[in-house]
Amino acid sequence: LSRIGDELYLEPTESGLSLRAVNSSRSGFASFLFAPLFFQQYEPGSAGPEAELFRCKVHMKSFLSIFRSLPSLEKSVGKCLILLKPHASRLVLQLHCKYGVTKTHNLAFQECERLQAVFDAQSCASHLCAPARVLAEAVVHFPPTLAEVTLGTGPGGKISLRNYVEEEAGESCRVRGPLPTLGCHPSPPPIPFSLPEPSKTMVTELWLAEDEFQSVAVAPGSHITFCLKEFRGLLSFAEASNLPLTIHFDDPGRPVIFSLNDTVLEVHLVLATLSDLQSNCQSPSTNGVSHLPAPSDDFADDLESYMAAMETSEGGSQRPPSPTFSLRAPRPAESKPHEEEEEEEEEGAVPGTPPHKKFRSLFFGSVMTPGRPGLATTQEVLAEDSEGEN
Amino acid sequence: MRFRAKIVDLACLNHFSRLINTIAKLAKTCILRLTVCKLYFILSDKVANGGASMWCELSQGNFFDEFQMEGVAAEHNEIYLELVPENLSRALKTSQSAKAVKIKLTNKHCPCLRVAVELPSLSSSSRIVTHDIPVGVIPRRMWNDFREPSVPDFDVSIYLPVLKTMKNVVERMKNLSNFIVIEANLSGEMNLKIETDLVSVTTHFKDLGNPPWASEDGCQSSAQGRDLESMTEACIDIKKLQQLLAAQQVNPTKALCNIVHKRIVHFILLHEEVSLQYFIPAIA
Repeated sequence: LSRIGDELYLEPTESGLSLRAVNSSRSGFASFLFAPLFFQQYEPGSAGPEAELFRCKVHMKSFLSIFRSLPSLEKSVGKCLILLKPHASRLVLQLHCKYGVTKTHNLAFQECERLQAVFDAQSCASHLCAPARVLAEAVVHFPPTLAEVTLGTGPGGKISLRNYVEEEAGESCRVRGPLPTLGCHPSPPPIPFSLPEPSKTMVTELWLAEDEFQSVAVAPGSHITFCLKEFRGLLSFAEASNLPLTIHFDDPGRPVIFSLNDTVLEVHLVLATLSDLQSNCQSPSTNGVSHLPAPSDDFADDLESYMAAMETSEGGSQRPPSPTFSLRAPRPAESKPHEEEEEEEEEGAVPGTPPHKKFRSLFFGSVMTPGRPGLATTQEVLAEDSEGEN
Repeated sequence: MRFRAKIVDLACLNHFSRLINTIAKLAKTCILRLTVCKLYFILSDKVANGGASMWCELSQGNFFDEFQMEGVAAEHNEIYLELVPENLSRALKTSQSAKAVKIKLTNKHCPCLRVAVELPSLSSSSRIVTHDIPVGVIPRRMWNDFREPSVPDFDVSIYLPVLKTMKNVVERMKNLSNFIVIEANLSGEMNLKIETDLVSVTTHFKDLGNPPWASEDGCQSSAQGRDLESMTEACIDIKKLQQLLAAQQVNPTKALCNIVHKRIVHFILLHEEVSLQYFIPAIA
């Protein structure tokens, strides 16, 4: 969860304790639901007729620091108690250790609304299930800093993974940030003997046979691009717990859902995916290589006119077309029963970002500076930050 | 212009990977020169490299099970490519258990070296990983920029101490100073010296031995008349020296250096069938 976001949301429910996180650009959401049977004792508290079960969020780092060294925890800790009293000012974590030692940690928390991304794994067109080991072995061929990867289907039922490279054809390029304050990355210095710069990114592609998967039910020619960094976190959890990983995906632009299940645990990771860069979805060429269409030229100019248009519009259905991503309508209402959101005027981490939430999440779709932790692209906000403060 | 090669033997693959790792640590970008019999990794002494240059030469037959090359023209049967060796190193890094590795020069959207690794898998068919490494093709008219450097008219030639020891010493010294003086004489003695305002440190090595160089056209014979004890020295960038020593993944069979007094230090490292020459110019 710490690979996704900086805050840990704790939500006790009747069906178990749910731990959740969302990333800063609202393009990645993860939840771990531990069933009551997972715990030696589980009391979610009593919800009165008007009140709901208490929810809170804490700083991820504070929470993690309590469980810093797993090997020594396993040796010394007998029991762990997590206690939250409704009118208490602190979340209590108590480690009952050997020799009668008790370590009590009192964490500051903030009350929060329910954090829930909108997704429906069953309605996806494609599903893949593989042992975590297979996916881990596949992912090892990509550099640890790689931001985005494209999962695709090819001939003979093969599944491919390919690093996603956003480049203008014919020259290496650095994608410029949308606002002057972010600065433009300078193009690489010309080499002394003025040959074409060979510093374009290496493209790595891996092909897995259908029988490496436990189940494959994919729409032919389908492909999606998502943030590898956020996925790696879930993958190492899956490997450690030896659980098969299921991937549900749909058209490019629709979120991809990774799920792990066992008798006491249900895990979901929902990531936004890159939509096809032309408004009508191109089916990839049939030679087995899923090519993404080339990005539009002259990025910066389109962004400037887009920004100008946004400042005048309300951001509703009359949004001007995004320079690089096809316009996505918000998800249909019938899949929204869980969504409890409040629009919020939150200053993003990006200086000078306009406050309108939808604009910012769309905008983040075009900010891909190399070396930055992957801000996966998104066309819609999956989970609104829903606090009343700020 | 065609090039394709294949490695099947795991030991050869590991050896080749280690070599590429060494090259990647010494150069961000370098030239790969392909001939019918040999591969060369060349770094020329541009200012961007801090003046250091490299020439690494290996026989393809010692690594590749298949090797086919057609150069730019019949009378110039060679290919010069510019590439980032780190890419090649990364492509080979996860191929340690491969069944086969194929390398091919392709030109789909741009010239690339395509490294295809066939990996074993539990399923009926192997896993294939391909890495397309972008390369720049160097035109014929520029080939003269990349000729083999000649052995300089050195004052002293001496075998290096055990590289690991030398590396440890140099790494400690790097914390104290940006420059290091290498001095050596014809009696097998070498000193590594740093000097700052606060401290000076010297490490002495003895009994290293001086390699015999056949005297060709009399130019090396001048060394015989010289005082065997007198030290020849050169002050060089310590980072370059540390880089060279840290890049070595395996102990070379032979390691020596030639020093031209206050001009340049020429390192020669031989490991089985690979020879690596590295030139570090002296700081004025």
